[in-house]
Amino acid sequence: MLVRMLVRAAVLRRGRAASALLAMVVAAAVATAMLNLYVDVQVKLRREFRSYGANLIIVGKDGSSLPADSLSRAESALGRRGIAAPFGMVVARTNDGQPVVVAGTDFARVQQLDRWWSVSAWPAEPQQALVGVRALAVLTPSKGPFELTLQGRTIHLTPEGTVQTGAAEDSRVYLSLSDFVAWTGVQPSTIEVQANGSPEDVDAIMRHLAQAIPAAEVRPVRQIVEGEARVLNKMRATLLAASMLIILTAGLCVLSTLMGWVFDRRRDFAIMKALGGSERILNGFFAAEAAALGAIGALAGFVLGVGIAAWIGRVNFHASVEPRFGVLPWVLAGSIGVTLAAAIVPISVLRCVQPAVILRGE
Amino acid sequence: MFVRLVYESFRRQKRRKLLAGIAITLGVTVATAMIAVATDIGDKINRELRTIGANLLVTPQDDTLDVEIGGVNLKPPSDGAFLDEADLPKIEGTFWHNNITGFAPMLPVNATLQRGGQKQDVTLLGTYFAKRFKFGKEDFTTGVRTTHPWWKVSGDWPDDDSRDILVGERLALRVSAKPGDTITLSGRQLHVSGILLTGGAEDDMVVAPLSLAQEIIEKPGAVRRVYVSALTKPEDALARRDPRSLSGAIYDRWYCSPYPQSIAHQLQEAIPHSHAEQIRQVSQNEGAVLTRIEGLIYLVTLAALLASALAVSASMATAVFERRAQVGLMKALGAGKLAVASVFFAEAALLALLGGMVGFVAGSSLAQQIGRSIFNSEVAIAPVLLPVILGIAVFVSFAGSAAAIRRAVNLDPVFALRGEL
Repeated sequence: MLVRMLVRAAVLRRGRAASALLAMVVAAAVATAMLNLYVDVQVKLRREFRSYGANLIIVGKDGSSLPADSLSRAESALGRRGIAAPFGMVVARTNDGQPVVVAGTDFARVQQLDRWWSVSAWPAEPQQALVGVRALAVLTPSKGPFELTLQGRTIHLTPEGTVQTGAAEDSRVYLSLSDFVAWTGVQPSTIEVQANGSPEDVDAIMRHLAQAIPAAEVRPVRQIVEGEARVLNKMRATLLAASMLIILTAGLCVLSTLMGWVFDRRRDFAIMKALGGSERILNGFFAAEAAALGAIGALAGFVLGVGIAAWIGRVNFHASVEPRFGVLPWVLAGSIGVTLAAAIVPISVLRCVQPAVILRGE
Repeated sequence: MFVRLVYESFRRQKRRKLLAGIAITLGVTVATAMIAVATDIGDKINRELRTIGANLLVTPQDDTLDVEIGGVNLKPPSDGAFLDEADLPKIEGTFWHNNITGFAPMLPVNATLQRGGQKQDVTLLGTYFAKRFKFGKEDFTTGVRTTHPWWKVSGDWPDDDSRDILVGERLALRVSAKPGDTITLSGRQLHVSGILLTGGAEDDMVVAPLSLAQEIIEKPGAVRRVYVSALTKPEDALARRDPRSLSGAIYDRWYCSPYPQSIAHQLQEAIPHSHAEQIRQVSQNEGAVLTRIEGLIYLVTLAALLASALAVSASMATAVFERRAQVGLMKALGAGKLAVASVFFAEAALLALLGGMVGFVAGSSLAQQIGRSIFNSEVAIAPVLLPVILGIAVFVSFAGSAAAIRRAVNLDPVFALRGEL
């Protein structure tokens, strides 16, 4: 009987029921999308911040160079949680005696780590060098092969590509690490690490690295770490404020639509009461109706909202926003709560009124 | 008659009108607050991103190569070219000076630190901490405290006109210096006002007022490079083009957009014999982060507008639906569809305008609240937003009530008055 009453109520007043359900679905969808984004935005933005490059630096204690196996130890400590790139540096002399900083590194790793480097071509062969734009003008304006000398040992290099960063890199010459070690006999002195994850993850990685290479000191790059934390916190707070406002508005919209709908059905209410329906049955009927509307609306809205969040993720971050099923209970509880609240107010008003008064249309 | 109808409707149905009005006010409040925050968020986040450091670097045009490893300067101090300190205030005279949040000149020099009979070579970095300037009529303060906000000092920051110094944390540890000590540096007795912690190369240096560094290398007015922090616009296709290849109107557009490239170009024009360039690590990534955040907030604003439009139209529709009997009476007395509809539309417009005004004021103060509590600064609200918001409010109330009004005017007055439907 109850089920039949519920179904007939929805079918017979299709228009009003549909508009109430629509309001519910849209509100639940907007709430789901906002909650999903709120949970996901940190992860997404953190990834953007990773393109700032290294947030940790490993150097030898007191200026000494790092042990030869540091890079492999750092990489095994990192696992898949980040990228590490080694750097060794010396000051060499050009043929006319000018000092120039020469760095040895792993080009494949640097390419991933320092994505802001504007490089014309990455060297692939031995004896090829990546030359900073300012260094190029001094070393070999004709872009032909050049020589560098360090403590009597000379190396012949061809400038394969140029690098431009607007910072110290522009005055340097970069070689592959194997060429660098063979020529200078110097091991890398710095490993730059890009560690992924939340501040707690980065702290854990820092501790792991310090354990893995006891001879080294691991330092955070404070400007990157602090800047990231600041921007992310502010962004999260803004999004939280926006989510609350939007969810509040959507909730109010549902509340006013539903209250109108229930109020409109005072005749049904009066007839049921006149036919001898007890207060408990009547309350139960309207509560069941409200809860059903809330649940259906919330489920449909959840699906729609996850879709909206995924679309925003693709459009704005070029990555998918994964559906957070942890959000579902909240949306469901919120929706049913709002619909129940919307049913309670008109019912408590109607309860005090005699059915005869309502049925006479007064 | 028409005016009286509308007036009486408001006077007699205070409760219902109030409910609809509240819905519109709330909707407009949320819309105004979100639009205001969205239009300002770029600027706010841009300022937050300045904590990552300066995004432009000015160097002498014909400088020799930097010879620096791990922050230790290996270049002979007199080698290479210098900028003139007297030219620096001209930075505030460039077209985009309002976008330049600060600049800091740097002059690294080699010095000898004497302590407890030991001698040690250190790099002394001369700079501004928070130097006061006057350019034209404007006063401004600039230095590393603006451009390098992650530098932390335990003790006091030195005064720019003093001869006090900061000692980097690791250097301080090695020579066991602490705030209040006096150390001997290249034959000068200097007072240590604080210990500097940066996490970078400066931790091994002595940082001093610029004039002290100039005195040590005996080059008054010399500056090796200048870091400039500027609020920039994410670069696009136009920004990447070579300004020399641009023709008149496009060049003007390029020049008058705050791209990193065009601000660098203007710095180069302002400071003689200089070369200005964007620091790609900062400026390139900043553009990416800004674009993402702005895009996200715009989409969220869209969701907010949708939610408030829905709230407004839902309450308008309910309000019309409840007045079927009145419509029946009007029609029974001979009113045409147009007359009935125009009464409802007039009421909707009036409600939208009243609710819109109140909502705009409430939304503005809500936006201020958000700005103050999250970003510690005011959110600028453009007055042009008011007519836009009012227009949207009227449109949404019309659109929201249109379907209900259409149904109301098509009602048969007999059924409506008998209350059957």
